[in-house]
Amino acid sequence: MDFLSQQEWWSVFIRWLHIISGIMWIGHLWYFNFTQTPTVPKIPAELRPAIVRYILPEALFWFRWGAVATLVFGLILAWLQGYLGSALALGIPDPHPHGKTTAIGWGMWIGFIMFLNVWILIWPNQQKVIGLVSATPDEVNAARRIAGLASRVNTLLSIPMLYAMVFAAHRY
Amino acid sequence: MEALLNNLTATVIAGFVLTIILAIVIHVMA
Repeated sequence: MDFLSQQEWWSVFIRWLHIISGIMWIGHLWYFNFTQTPTVPKIPAELRPAIVRYILPEALFWFRWGAVATLVFGLILAWLQGYLGSALALGIPDPHPHGKTTAIGWGMWIGFIMFLNVWILIWPNQQKVIGLVSATPDEVNAARRIAGLASRVNTLLSIPMLYAMVFAAHRY
Repeated sequence: MEALLNNLTATVIAGFVLTIILAIVIHVMA
């Protein structure tokens, strides 16, 4: 225990949970966008319910709770490391600006927008698609379009978000 | 915008373009 303080051990543990949950979240996001969405139209109509009734609800469970865990563990980690406020302010008020808080701060804000997309746009609309919330066929089609666009926006944002997170950890 | 997002390849390319812009922003700010 000499080479790391108790608080540093907590940071190691929480960082590990943050990364594991982040992979759970973004892994499912990329599964939706790179695999499921392009493939479903090619599946014969009579087989599609297998995706919508069985695969999609399970994938959405790990996806949305992975998002929560990533956000919570990320905020705890930044707080333990002492740069939560500084990073949220993108390092601007720091007397001696450090690239780490600027980079990770950008990652945090992009990740936060993605988190809101999951819980405000993707999940409520996907609930109509998988039938947890009753909707007319027209409403289901509208819900599928909004959820799909929000999911695609998150795929777009995930690329600079991951850059900011990993850059902050490895450049400084 | 919707046309770009409906195209997966275009979305990924836009993601990398956004990354380069962000890298420059971080460099200027830090």
